[in-house]
Amino acid sequence: MTENAKTAQREPLVRIVKRGDITAGKVWLIRALAALGAVLTGALLILALGHNPAAVYGQMIVGAAGSKIALVETIKIAIPLLGAAVAIAPAFKMKFWNIGAEGQIMAGAIAASYFALFYSQSLPRPLLLGVMLLAALAGGALWGVIPAVFKAKWGTNETLFTLMLNYIILGFEQYLQNGPWKRPSSGGFPKIAMFDEAARLPRLFGVHIGWVFVLLLVIGMTIYLRRSKQGYEIAVVGESERTARYAGMNVGRIVVRTMLLSGAVAGLVGFLQVSGANYTLTENTAGGIGFTAITVAWLAKLNPVVMVFIAALLAVLQKGSGRIQTEFLIPASASEVLTGIILFFMLGCEFFINYRLVLRGRERKNGQSD
Amino acid sequence: MAFAWRSRVCALRHCSITGAPGCGPGAKGECGTNNPNAIEVRNLTKRFGEVVANNKVCLSVRRGEILALLGENGSGKTTLMNMLSGIYFPDEGDILVGGEPVVIRSPRDAYALGIGMIHQHFKLVDVFTAAENIALGLEGGPVIDRRALARSIREISGRYGFDIDPDKKVYDMSVSEKQTVEIIKVLYRGADILILDEPTAVLTPQEADRLFAVLRSMRDDGKAVVIITHKLGEVMALSDRVAVLRKGSYVGSVETAQTSPQALTEMMVGRAVALDIDRPEVQRGEERLKVVDLTCISAEGVTMLDKVSFSAYGGEILGIAGVAGSGQKELCEAIAGLCPVQGGAILYAGQVGGVEVHENLVGKSPMEIIKKGVALAFVPEDRLGMGLVAGMDVIDNMLLKSYRGSRGPFVDRGPARALAQQVVDRLAVVTPGLTAPVRRMSGGNVQKVLVGREIASSPEVLITAYPVRGLDINSSYTIYHLLNEQKQRGAAVLFVGEDLDVLLELCDRILVLCGGRVSGVVDARWAGKEQIGLLMTQTGKGDAQ
Amino acid sequence: MDSLINLLVAAVLAGTPLLFGTLGEILTEKSGNLNLGVEGIMFMGGVAGLAGAYYYERAAQDPSGLLALLIAIVCAFLCGAFGSLIYSVLTVTLRANQNVTGLALTIFGTGFANFFGEVMAGQSESGYAAVGDTVKAAFAGIHIPGLSDIPVAGRLLFSYNILVYLGVAAALALSWFLRRSRKGLSLRAVGESPQTADAAGINVTRYKYAATCVGGGICGIGGMYIVMVTCGGIWVHDCVGGKGWIAVALVIFAMWSPARALLGSLVFGALSIMRLYVPLGIPTQLYDTFPYVATVLVLVFVSLRRRRENQPPASLGVPYFREDR
Repeated sequence: MTENAKTAQREPLVRIVKRGDITAGKVWLIRALAALGAVLTGALLILALGHNPAAVYGQMIVGAAGSKIALVETIKIAIPLLGAAVAIAPAFKMKFWNIGAEGQIMAGAIAASYFALFYSQSLPRPLLLGVMLLAALAGGALWGVIPAVFKAKWGTNETLFTLMLNYIILGFEQYLQNGPWKRPSSGGFPKIAMFDEAARLPRLFGVHIGWVFVLLLVIGMTIYLRRSKQGYEIAVVGESERTARYAGMNVGRIVVRTMLLSGAVAGLVGFLQVSGANYTLTENTAGGIGFTAITVAWLAKLNPVVMVFIAALLAVLQKGSGRIQTEFLIPASASEVLTGIILFFMLGCEFFINYRLVLRGRERKNGQSD
Repeated sequence: MAFAWRSRVCALRHCSITGAPGCGPGAKGECGTNNPNAIEVRNLTKRFGEVVANNKVCLSVRRGEILALLGENGSGKTTLMNMLSGIYFPDEGDILVGGEPVVIRSPRDAYALGIGMIHQHFKLVDVFTAAENIALGLEGGPVIDRRALARSIREISGRYGFDIDPDKKVYDMSVSEKQTVEIIKVLYRGADILILDEPTAVLTPQEADRLFAVLRSMRDDGKAVVIITHKLGEVMALSDRVAVLRKGSYVGSVETAQTSPQALTEMMVGRAVALDIDRPEVQRGEERLKVVDLTCISAEGVTMLDKVSFSAYGGEILGIAGVAGSGQKELCEAIAGLCPVQGGAILYAGQVGGVEVHENLVGKSPMEIIKKGVALAFVPEDRLGMGLVAGMDVIDNMLLKSYRGSRGPFVDRGPARALAQQVVDRLAVVTPGLTAPVRRMSGGNVQKVLVGREIASSPEVLITAYPVRGLDINSSYTIYHLLNEQKQRGAAVLFVGEDLDVLLELCDRILVLCGGRVSGVVDARWAGKEQIGLLMTQTGKGDAQ
Repeated sequence: MDSLINLLVAAVLAGTPLLFGTLGEILTEKSGNLNLGVEGIMFMGGVAGLAGAYYYERAAQDPSGLLALLIAIVCAFLCGAFGSLIYSVLTVTLRANQNVTGLALTIFGTGFANFFGEVMAGQSESGYAAVGDTVKAAFAGIHIPGLSDIPVAGRLLFSYNILVYLGVAAALALSWFLRRSRKGLSLRAVGESPQTADAAGINVTRYKYAATCVGGGICGIGGMYIVMVTCGGIWVHDCVGGKGWIAVALVIFAMWSPARALLGSLVFGALSIMRLYVPLGIPTQLYDTFPYVATVLVLVFVSLRRRRENQPPASLGVPYFREDR
């Protein structure tokens, strides 16, 4: 294959070529390099502050997993993150950009809290927890399905709609906290009363049993997406609405149904937060989890099993940064900075998995060996 | 292999018969030989993967003439013109403008050389006004002088007889107005070589007449005009000279005054080529599909199907011929329940498990059609955008229409896997594996998967839209063979095709569509290529049976 | 009457950071990039602006308030633009998902600002990073002898800090740029139909980068306003506190028009402080959701009406790669 010299000159310096095929090994190599890049960038930052990166990273891990108490705390951070990421998975698989998990968590939390606050005396504990769970599912589903209905009927932009709903439900929670649900004795700092013992989730191995729920969710969602007919429909709609119609699917109905599910799972996370982690409802019950979970879900390529590890990683960063704050006086916000850097690198590296760069004049020959 | 060789020989022979490229003697006075060509291409070749879209094409256009570039679908007309307008870059060959060799890398380069192309799909910003679209991307001061712009638009409009309001938004415009904006956009950039890709496809006859008047006045203004078309009537009415492409190669060019539609048809479709496609003799069965006065109007208000009526019988392959956009897509999708129908009926009669089913399919969704037990299979033209899910593997694609069949909430992949394996084995599908996304497979293999899935349901009616488009010869023959098997099994097969040689050898009857109407139904055993070619390009009364 | 004037003045002051965020995001979205990182970018601009003014004040012998203001503006703009540059590289060049990248930028920017804000505070003797009175004065309301003393109009028009006037000027300039200028026309074409823009010879990539980065810079100034004016020139943890998201909402509310953004930010600014002035008998927390409810209504209204002018840029959120055409 001799290249015409004239043609070669006209070619741009770097061309982007879609990869046909790439081995799993190479995919992981690219991802590992990106992760390494993120760690090194973080290290530069630490160096710039005059600390030893290895020591800081080491202390982060100690702080996150060095003792049983630390580990329990880390797991408690990971639970809602993982649950919300699982909730987002079916919506994103359908290419319905649900940025509203944050609000759906809150909606579920509010619904569960209602029963925790007002029925804890009148219902036996198992029934109370069951009702709280159902209420949370319903609350999250309701908050998730509103934008879906508008999207299905009128094509209303779901990204912006779900985003706005986050703030509306947050305002509603603050209203409850300051008004009808305010604990009379809380004075200047309005708070909602702590839940009765009956409304609190039991513990298992030192952590509230939310972790069992979430792991079950991971398994359930994996099966749902991979094996169920509905999961199959979600995948087809996400790939091509035209194909879905060709196959006789009712796209609008699938969108609404999937968002009911996505919202319900997020609502469940809200229940775990109020009943398992905090024993009360506050304006920080969702606390950005819904947003961070989107990045968890995306980095895991919407695979629930992979989400376990990514949620764990982010939880370690978050917990570990508390440790380095006390050890090195590095502000705890470092965890967000590091999370951001990791996200940037992982988002960017996908490009190199899907495409390769061809330098001018280095045609197919190199492409094959690459 | 044998086929390929034979057809090449034939093409070569044909070329030599038609005569040397370029203008013949006796051209009009002002187009004398000493007048340099406005644009000329020499040995231009463009390949897309395995497919050679243009093979050593030579062509010239003179100043002050309208050249019609004639050819069937897929003959490479648009590819050739896209190389002149900077959309594609040629693999081989030279382009000369005003006698000088040039390099055209982008539309901007083309504009700089005075070449402007009006694409079939307009490139306009909907929410902009006509004037804004015309000024888009031009160099100049920081602020657009709207008054001067409107003045020059009016000046151009006046010179060529356009009627356009510079402040009208594109989304408020009719198709013909949008086309006018595109033409002014090109003229405003100083183009003196204009290329129009099937400009009349979207116009009413009156609008087309107005366009022709404009094009004539441009010619008289000394501009070179190329119009890509496959409508012989327009060629005869408008052009000074005709150049013909067939299957990516240049066939020849003639002065319009010295030719006839019959002669042009022969140049365009070529002599019949023996392909040796089997046509098993099967006793024609019962009427499976009866279409009565089917009418479809697109969202833009264009009538795509106009009272189309025909019947399809078991045990036959009914070919559907027509130039692109004659309503083939709408016809297929209307039957499959994917395209809204404004009038008429689609009556289905078939047996499912020994039970007679009679249904009018109009107004039913694909889901309802499936649920009613209508055994209808549709192989759409858009394989990866509609027929298959590009990101899914062969197994999951087998499930697309049957996943509801299994009991319970879960998908049963067992039968799908078996079917996938069977399709891969029987149709010799080359794939990295059953679990590799079909996106990674070649066009021919993708098509085999799609056809394999559709025939697996043992349909009574099988609709296939361009099933061999882009396929190599071996894959094409595999598909023909599969369709024949379905015919022998007693199914009614609809075959929408573009290669007349294939249609004539494979099908039993051929229905010809022209402008959304049935212009004729012919018996493929006795019909000639020219006959179909003429039916395709004019709305004849036709000898509908 | 007096309380109405107070309300209006307070609304203008509360609305200005929103105005900057909205203008920046309008410019960004006009190029087809839906950058959900506004919150993070405003944080970054906020901390950078503070840092610029703070370190200048400490380094200079005789600090000039005006120079500090200028430095704060430049630093905030550059830092915001830097955040948007990360976004552009990832979404335009490396083709990452816009939603996820925007959220990642919000996480990063929030952390970045809180981190450096606390580092600054930790390094100072007093334990908090605050600018001195000279610099603070530069961010205070102006007083033009004569004009500012006119009854009513003086307070309503000539009593604000310089950034308010800068914001209004930016809105008018952006409006003019998008409607009248040649580059503005090209930019809108990029956001509406990158294919058409590309065919017309417009460098789509360059426009997307430029609009997103400049837009980020403008958002950054909004963040700086929060730190220097609203918080009084001291780093407060989580000071932006959701104003970036309100800006995203405001873009919809303003239907992508800088002129309407002026009005919108005044309305949203008023809504955010109105409970202090006009008791409607509605709980204050529900008051706070009005901007979002209004935005949802506008969003639904826009999708129902389908008037072409008020739609989001047609290619918003959709990546453009030439070989896909």
